[in-house]
Amino acid sequence: MSKKSFRQAINEALRQEMRRDPRVILMGEDVAGGQGGSSGVTDAWGGVLGVTKGLYTEFGPERVLDTPITEASYIGAAAGAAATGLRPVAELMFVDFVGCCLDQIMNQAAKFRYMFGGKARTPLVIRAMYGAGFNAAAQHSQALYPIFTHIPGLKVVVPSSPYEAKGLLIEAIRDDDPVIFLENKVMYDDEEEVPDEAYTIPFGEANLTREGNDVTLVAFGRMVGFANEAADRLAKDGISCTVIDPRTTSPLDSATILDCVADTGRLVIVDESSPRCNMATDVAALVAEEAFDALKAPIRRVTPPHTPVPFATVLEKLYLPDVGRIEAAVRSVMGYKARQEA
Amino acid sequence: MQIARDILLHSYRSMRTIREFEERLHTEFATGEIPGFVHLYCGEEASAVGVCAHLGESDTIASTHRGHGHCIAKGVDVEGMMAEIYGRSTGVCRGKGGSMHIADLARGMLGANGIVGGGPPLICGAALSHKLLKTDGVAVAFYGDGASNEGTTLESLNLASVWKLPAVFVCEDNGYGEATGASYACAGTQKDRAAGFGMPYFECDGSDFFAVYETAGEAIAHARSGKGPVMLHVHLARWYGHFEGDAMSYRASDEVAQARKDHDCLSAFRTRTTGAGLLEGASLDDIDSAVRTRIEAAVQAAKAAPLPEQEDLMRDVYVSY
Repeated sequence: MSKKSFRQAINEALRQEMRRDPRVILMGEDVAGGQGGSSGVTDAWGGVLGVTKGLYTEFGPERVLDTPITEASYIGAAAGAAATGLRPVAELMFVDFVGCCLDQIMNQAAKFRYMFGGKARTPLVIRAMYGAGFNAAAQHSQALYPIFTHIPGLKVVVPSSPYEAKGLLIEAIRDDDPVIFLENKVMYDDEEEVPDEAYTIPFGEANLTREGNDVTLVAFGRMVGFANEAADRLAKDGISCTVIDPRTTSPLDSATILDCVADTGRLVIVDESSPRCNMATDVAALVAEEAFDALKAPIRRVTPPHTPVPFATVLEKLYLPDVGRIEAAVRSVMGYKARQEA
Repeated sequence: MQIARDILLHSYRSMRTIREFEERLHTEFATGEIPGFVHLYCGEEASAVGVCAHLGESDTIASTHRGHGHCIAKGVDVEGMMAEIYGRSTGVCRGKGGSMHIADLARGMLGANGIVGGGPPLICGAALSHKLLKTDGVAVAFYGDGASNEGTTLESLNLASVWKLPAVFVCEDNGYGEATGASYACAGTQKDRAAGFGMPYFECDGSDFFAVYETAGEAIAHARSGKGPVMLHVHLARWYGHFEGDAMSYRASDEVAQARKDHDCLSAFRTRTTGAGLLEGASLDDIDSAVRTRIEAAVQAAKAAPLPEQEDLMRDVYVSY
């Protein structure tokens, strides 16, 4: 056990799985970097933000494959390789680039098993960065996990910390279905204690990072940290919150969410993705349908507005959910008074 | 080129099976009993068969929406295919794929594909598996002239060359992408496209089994030897519409009749093999009759086969969930 960053935790998960299983390969744009460059330096980048640094040096060009900047062909190649015996981890760099290759994910990899009558296995992991907070603007900042969650056949992972990232990525690599693994780019330098040995965290099992009596907070990815911070502040005023990190949006641990709402009777969902048809609406619908009687107040959703992600720092700060907005949402559900029957 | 008698007989049987399968589907589709979309491969049989004659079970192919011929040529179970097209639980995909998604990974058939240009990227991946797992196998993407313009196809030609993959890109050029002529939709030439990606280019007349067999043999041997990908451009004529029910008002009234008369791979095969004394007419007649019986039985079996059960709806979305 030692302190590791989100970046190091992911790197370590990849390295350990590649050592364990020779069928695990990496591919993506500049996952090594430097092929064909004039300096002759290979492994020049190790991924655009250095997440895969050193893997090319250890595993060589057969297992760490730099691709041309052609997302459709290499994401499709990863799907085809997965269906024929390899266990590829393809890096899509920014999840926004899925616009260039969604067919290969949505119509090919996700559907092989069902369309082919259960005869296919597609052990594919697609890693990509998501999230605002980097001044990366509208085409490099989206939180697109709802798009993947919508597609049957895909599993979708949104880790909330270095510890979570390592265990969930190893689980993803060992899983026999296509998995979309989304890393919040703002979190790469976050650190915490992470075991040195390989371990897995099962999909579809939410983690309760706080337990309380008054309000249930469901948060995804980076928002889990924000929700915890809000919960700590609220605790000082005697408001006690449960914070649920579902870890995976597909499968979703509905049972834990419903259990917690049954206990607290109030629900606030914190989701960094655009507000229409996102995880917040999905969880809200689940609770409205299955736990209506338990609710003491309307469900509140804390999300960005329905706009593209803006560039300017001042606008991006307004865009992203923050601790203050989560706190305010919790106070509002605590203050809710039902109208008296006439 | 001398081709062994058993290969000739097997190839004729495969081509005849495809023809009979497709002609029968044409008739049966008109009765309204077959659900969904069906795209027929009639007239193009020699392409699938001439290429697949050089492939073993461990080699991989990816097909198109017009995929029945490739499936049969790669050895997918004909009765299971018919049942699949009828949406029956005995189908090769248990009735959950249909005509456009027939696949059999155990036979190296990575799927027909409902998406034009869907297959070439997958074939890059299959070729990568062959290369890294050192199987000595090749991966073959069949795609049409329409798909030749898709970005996925062009990206795949590039990727396969960059990675020096054992991949074969078979452009089946039947002159139409749906209802639009290749002369309108394809800029430049396939030959120049291959050259643009630095890969060897081969072409042949797809109504001549011997031409396809010989050319494909050379192309596939190149890819299998580790020298990198190749393009094989097969010139074909489509005997039916884009899909069943297509009135083909975009084609001259005699175009199909002319193709059936001048570009029939089966009659050309018979003329050549019997004329050269390679095969006897009676052997081919026997195959014709056996195939007719087989397809008739396949249709009757499919019609009588059980439908999928309610529980099949939820089954096989995931390996585990």
